[in-house]
Amino acid sequence: MSADAKRLSLILLFAPFALWISLLIILPHIGMVALSLREKVAPRVYEFGFGNYIDFINEPIYWNTLLRTGSMSLLVTVLALLIGFPVAYYIAKIAGKRSRGALFLMCLIPLWVSDLIRAFGWILLLRETGVVSSVLIWSGMTTEGIEFLYNDVTVVVGLVYTVILFMIVPLVSTLDGMGDDMIEAGYNLGGNTLTVLRRIIIPYAMPGIVAGCIVVFMLTAGSYLTPILLGGKNSSWFTEQIYDQFITRFNWESGAAFGILLLAFTSFVVWLGLRLSGQSLANTVAKT
Amino acid sequence: MTAADAYDLECTGVSKDFGDFRAVDDVSFRIPSGTFFSILGPSGCGKTTLMRMIAGFEDPSAGEISIKGKSVLSVPPNKRNVKMVFQHLALFPMMNVYENIAYGLRCAGASKDEIARKVADVLERVALPDLARREIHQLSGGQKQRIAIARCMALNPDVLLLDEPLGALDLKLREAMKIELKLLQNQFDTTFVYITHDQSEALVMSDYVAVMNAGRFEQVGRPEELYHAPETAFVAGFVGDSNRWQGRAVDVQGGEVKVETEAGLTVVGTPRGAREITPGAAVEVFIRPEFVTASPLDAAPPQPAAENTVRGKVDGVLFNGANSRVLVRGPAGDLIEADVVVTGGPQDLREGDAVRLDWASAQTMCFAS
Repeated sequence: MSADAKRLSLILLFAPFALWISLLIILPHIGMVALSLREKVAPRVYEFGFGNYIDFINEPIYWNTLLRTGSMSLLVTVLALLIGFPVAYYIAKIAGKRSRGALFLMCLIPLWVSDLIRAFGWILLLRETGVVSSVLIWSGMTTEGIEFLYNDVTVVVGLVYTVILFMIVPLVSTLDGMGDDMIEAGYNLGGNTLTVLRRIIIPYAMPGIVAGCIVVFMLTAGSYLTPILLGGKNSSWFTEQIYDQFITRFNWESGAAFGILLLAFTSFVVWLGLRLSGQSLANTVAKT
Repeated sequence: MTAADAYDLECTGVSKDFGDFRAVDDVSFRIPSGTFFSILGPSGCGKTTLMRMIAGFEDPSAGEISIKGKSVLSVPPNKRNVKMVFQHLALFPMMNVYENIAYGLRCAGASKDEIARKVADVLERVALPDLARREIHQLSGGQKQRIAIARCMALNPDVLLLDEPLGALDLKLREAMKIELKLLQNQFDTTFVYITHDQSEALVMSDYVAVMNAGRFEQVGRPEELYHAPETAFVAGFVGDSNRWQGRAVDVQGGEVKVETEAGLTVVGTPRGAREITPGAAVEVFIRPEFVTASPLDAAPPQPAAENTVRGKVDGVLFNGANSRVLVRGPAGDLIEADVVVTGGPQDLREGDAVRLDWASAQTMCFAS
């Protein structure tokens, strides 16, 4: 192939990516930044300023919502890791070769159904007249129906359920790369189960753990449907605030500022997590 | 010192079944302290299973394993003072050399100073004192090998198990590592149990070799015993190269057997092995190429005359330096291998030359089959 043809094929391959990145990612963000730095001084009169950000700082309900979203997303991430790690370990290291594929597929099946349907599934189970409540009444453990929806626990459970797959997949692929002899060597050299887990398996799986945590945290902090449907008005999720500003209040300037703040906040948390775990983004993404 | 202390490792009647398949079948042996002991066998003969039982990763279905005279059957793998060098070494890639060696010492609860001292000491002994801060992926194949051994030896094990650790190395490095392993074993003065399917590794390094086949030990002995006095046809065939013929005994007398091979060659040999050879019985005959003398027809016959003489034609010369060999097509049409010295001069045997092969009956090993 001549140098020209090579260059042409590179350009052709690269074009969709470049279009996607520039039109759908970079351009909207530039627009958002520009929008967020406009202050409305009179109808249809705007001037440059940080007013939208100052509003955010001055109104505790805004930054409380952001902090709440961040901390609950961290909780979801930790829970997804705690539940996902044993599952991934079982699939990668304990299950037989044949059942491994089937188990992995079973993890993927929920993805075939849309988010909305899955959230409605939870609603059917947990609402006052739902399955769980009815069973409790039928068994005589309670006389009145119990409303399980619209509280933080339900939101967290629903979110963990939605995102756990994205924790399991990178973990399985890193753990799969670890030879059984590595674990046996850990025991052979005198380590007990806890030492082998702490000093060998977890450090080995660290790139997968960090990759999974980043994906899960980002997905959770940016999720909209699950917190709204399962948490109702009480969920106070930050994406709800953004939606509110854009759609309900028609205050695009403030909504744009919130969007930028959410991006900055989650990026900061991820950066902090990478620093604390001693991993680099390239290391975790390249290895999984 | 009692008699039991003299043996670092003792296995009595050890068997292992996987479902209907018997991987290890009633194996008994004991290894004196400070020896280099090899278990040699083809792949799938059960040697790795046997080693995994010694390390504690598998439980024997029957039998007893003792280390330094104490049974270890109820001891979990992390409490046995048996360390293992894995086939692919299993060095921990997320730790550097120092941390790899320190891992076992930490598990044993050593203090920081003690760990630093022992790591430095063991690195000194494997002649890699400057590598402590290196990452594993920065090491060469031979260095990894030595670090894997150092990691085990830092813990001062009673027995070091090595599971074909040279298999992944290229030929040249493998040859060098053979000698190095033997020297390391001498230096540490620890019992090494070395598993291999490569007979030259076993012969070069070992004090004792056990030849294993289909889950059983065929013979345990010094390398030269296995080579010169094999007890079974399997050992004769597996250890070293041989010309090998199937045949039938036509006459047995005075400690000699006359055999007619399937190809129609008549050879005189000595009966070997536990099973007696009776006239008419099927036998297997082995003669090593270095005991077959190939000479041109016009050369003087050897004195005293050898019991077996065959005339033939050189079918091919396999030049390999000092280990060169000729393939001779015998009168019965079968190929016989004989070692020759190739000097590069005019007297060398060449393809198509008529030759005479002579070999003694004492080196012709006959086994009842």
